[in-house]
Amino acid sequence: MAQKKFVVGCFDDEAVLFPAVKQVRTAGYKIKDVYTPFAVHGLDHALGMRETSLHTAGFIYGITGTTTAISAISWIFTKDWPLNIGGKPHFALPAWIPIIFELTVLFAAVGMVLTFCYLCQLAPGVKKHHFHKRATDDLFVMAIECTDKTNTDDLLALLKANGAVETDVQVAEEDWWFGTYDKEEKLAGQVSM
Amino acid sequence: MHIKYESQLREPLVYGNKDYHQVTEDILRPIETKPTRLWYIGFSIAVLLLSFGAYSVYREVTYGIGQWNLNKTIGWGWDITNFVWWVGIGHAGTLISAVLLLFRQGWRTGVNRAAEAMTIFAVMCAGQFPIFHMGRVWMAFFVMPYPNSRGPLWVNFNSPLLWDVFAISTYFTVSLLFWYSGLIPDFATVRDRAFTKLRKKLYGIAAFGWTGSTKHWQRHESLSLVLAGLSTPLVLSVHTIVSFDFATSVIPGWHTTIFPPYFVAGAIFSGFAMVQSLLIIVRKVFALEDYITIGHIDLMNKVIVLTGSIVGIAYLTELFMGWYSQNKYEGYTFWYSRAYLFSPYGWSYWGMMACNVLSPQIFWSRKMRRNVFVTFFMSIIVNIGMWFERFVIIVTSLYRDYLPSSWSVYYSPTIWEIGFYVGTFGLFFTCFFLFAKYFPVIAVAEIKYVLKRSGESFKPGMEGIEAQPLDKFVHDNAH
Repeated sequence: MAQKKFVVGCFDDEAVLFPAVKQVRTAGYKIKDVYTPFAVHGLDHALGMRETSLHTAGFIYGITGTTTAISAISWIFTKDWPLNIGGKPHFALPAWIPIIFELTVLFAAVGMVLTFCYLCQLAPGVKKHHFHKRATDDLFVMAIECTDKTNTDDLLALLKANGAVETDVQVAEEDWWFGTYDKEEKLAGQVSM
Repeated sequence: MHIKYESQLREPLVYGNKDYHQVTEDILRPIETKPTRLWYIGFSIAVLLLSFGAYSVYREVTYGIGQWNLNKTIGWGWDITNFVWWVGIGHAGTLISAVLLLFRQGWRTGVNRAAEAMTIFAVMCAGQFPIFHMGRVWMAFFVMPYPNSRGPLWVNFNSPLLWDVFAISTYFTVSLLFWYSGLIPDFATVRDRAFTKLRKKLYGIAAFGWTGSTKHWQRHESLSLVLAGLSTPLVLSVHTIVSFDFATSVIPGWHTTIFPPYFVAGAIFSGFAMVQSLLIIVRKVFALEDYITIGHIDLMNKVIVLTGSIVGIAYLTELFMGWYSQNKYEGYTFWYSRAYLFSPYGWSYWGMMACNVLSPQIFWSRKMRRNVFVTFFMSIIVNIGMWFERFVIIVTSLYRDYLPSSWSVYYSPTIWEIGFYVGTFGLFFTCFFLFAKYFPVIAVAEIKYVLKRSGESFKPGMEGIEAQPLDKFVHDNAH
């Protein structure tokens, strides 16, 4: 549990947000994250994030499903208990294709969702600090991490100059925790400006 | 560089002068206000039907399959008819959310959430029938392959019935994951607007601690896209495999290669009809006409007339092959048992033809496609027709096949068979009423994503861009 100080700027239009992101980054500040009510395309690139490799993970899970199905069924039908089904071959690959396909999809989907939840640290009961309640409604909330050298007044002025409708400074827990939101309110003691 | 507005030629996806906050307000209103009297009445009826269904199932489990009118010849009757019917209905949701996502159809955002919910509930209903048809339902887990002390006696991986077990359970799981991963950001919106502690707690649990971080959204987009890519062949595979239950057998009327595409088209057809029935009510009751627009209804009716006609072609192809093959058993099934109006089940065949092939042709007219009352009426007709289709396939093929000595007497269901079917309606609508009350019925985040491009009040912004000469437009906007 590490608490850090953040400068927060809220924008109400993505057209204002993009230039602001650029300005803040050019000025050398480190943007922790921008919280948006929906997926704003291109924002990840504007923030300099790399592409996610979640789909690669999905491919690996899918292949795992395929191999599981092929190896399990062929072991069962040729080694463990070779059933004579109308004298047909024990290794009946064409008849297994439906199940092989279904297991591929099942493994890929379940694996990807679990990986997604793990990477984003999402689970029932997980709590995280919310910089602004309206980040899931209509505001684009930029949180900038402060260091010892950060001049918060300069930063606040920069945000306002770039069209932020609301700004403040918050000391917040960076990580997630289990618990109630009452606890969160105590943790997120807002620093008066 | 991407164009911010969509051409004015395209119908807006969101009507009215909205901003992001207004979208949240409009869609979450049903969740944040007390349910109406109508909701309570509807919910009570649904629970009542569910209880009748539960009692019917109780009788079947206690006294055995003899509670139904199935016999040695007609081993599948109403139960499997209903199973196939519900699975078919369950196809529209994932088709809308997955296939239309891959094809970048913006209009899916207005209807995908409710359609996916419908899919999940329909598959839940479908699953009841084969499970309770087993008779000794407490041994239902025998269909799963696991090392056991009976040999081990494995399931038959070469059997279409086992393929079905895998197909339906995979379809249910993947649809549920797809639906829920889309719900997480919307639950977060409900959580952050919560006005009581209990709401905040419950929606907080449901939202998994979603914050709306850009990195999370990036992964969320990737997840949705890959799940859509996986679900697209999955949707097609599920009803294909259901059709294999019939097509790989040697029963005249079942043993046809046309079944997979014909079943898939029929599934989409009935699924879209059910989506229409539900959404026409939802948009009216929750005042969501700005989001589920006449344009949406029009587009779905186009899908209905297309798939209805594909199904019609399939019926005619079957009839043709019944004659062309010169196989007397096929000929008897298609030309006597089905197409001859005065044969014992001729009524069901012509009911099917009238509901599925003839009546949807009305949707070639734009005026009819955009008429809410006609659409609602037609959506019910289509679902009745699709039920007839499954009944025709199953019962007319079984009751008279190769051996006249095993020909059956006229099959009609008992009250407990009907009760089971009615009960699944109860289950479906109980779930749907709870969904409509406690879940955002439209994907809030996705509507916000299309709002500034396709919203009615943002369309005029396109005027300047559209007035540009072509060269300049291409220069500015081409990748």
